[in-house]
Amino acid sequence: MEWESWSAFWQMGGAAPYVWGSYGVTLVLVALELVLVLRRRKDTAARLLRWRRAVGKDVGGPQARMESIE
Amino acid sequence: MTISTTTPGRAAVRPPQGWLRFAAPQQFYPLAGQLAPWFAALAALLAAAGLYIGFFVAPTDFQQGEVYRVIFIHVPAAWMSMFIYLIMAFWSAVGLVMNTRLSFIVSQALAPTGAMFCFVALWTGALWGKPTWGAYWVWDARLTSQLLLLFLYFGFIALTRAIEDPRRADRAGAVLALVGAVNVPIIYFSVQWWNTLHQGASVSIAKAPSMATIMLVGMLLMALAAWMYSIAVALWRVRALILERERHTEWVGAVLEAEAKAAGGVR
Repeated sequence: MEWESWSAFWQMGGAAPYVWGSYGVTLVLVALELVLVLRRRKDTAARLLRWRRAVGKDVGGPQARMESIE
Repeated sequence: MTISTTTPGRAAVRPPQGWLRFAAPQQFYPLAGQLAPWFAALAALLAAAGLYIGFFVAPTDFQQGEVYRVIFIHVPAAWMSMFIYLIMAFWSAVGLVMNTRLSFIVSQALAPTGAMFCFVALWTGALWGKPTWGAYWVWDARLTSQLLLLFLYFGFIALTRAIEDPRRADRAGAVLALVGAVNVPIIYFSVQWWNTLHQGASVSIAKAPSMATIMLVGMLLMALAAWMYSIAVALWRVRALILERERHTEWVGAVLEAEAKAAGGVR
């Protein structure tokens, strides 16, 4: 083990703001991207399902009506 | 957002066999969904191992002290930001030559992740630079060309989203990706070509790495984690893009209905 104590670990030899600032921002961005990318697919699927049902795509609804949606 | 109808001029040619059949969005969509969680799990395991080594096994750097531990994300993020751009350029070239829709989609699915890693490389570099060089930012060749890469990512994302016709958006984006790829070797070799403040390569093919083995192991584990993470996120993003692009097709309708049923039904 490299550290004498947990507080020594968190202090990072005085470089805490730089080290934790780096890791913290990276962690936030990675988490944010994961949430956004998974939510995007779900939202797209839900939106397209509503759209398809609205234009009656599944029962062979007229293509022309698609332009009026959204 | 408006819906622009894509040209329905997709000729019914004989479907390709073997791995090539996954070039069809319809085949790739379920494959991507099955593979992505495995890549994400690998990324988590590799990152856990890399961080453990980086924080608890690797010793203090005798010159830089503890702040050097930033490299365990800085270097993998910088590598990833360059790799992803090259992969985007590669798929753009394939798309332009072979006219495969999935190539363009993959290229566009990678861009936000590449931009994220590019920003992380710049951010962590700045936080490392302050205590080490005494400045968050200097306009040296390495830093400036890396900043240009971030703008290339932003430009690519903005361009592909601004053009409404997906086919034109694909082609415009592909050209930008290819032209911008010139910047990647400039970033990589900038530390050799110019007298930069940024240090030279810590790891290179030609000579032994200029760092302790255990530090190198931690860094390579983090680099592998970044790869796995990028693949997972890109696969998930590809799925959303495929649904959007193929929304007029029968198979997307069937997939959406099946998913809605499995989820307990939207309405």
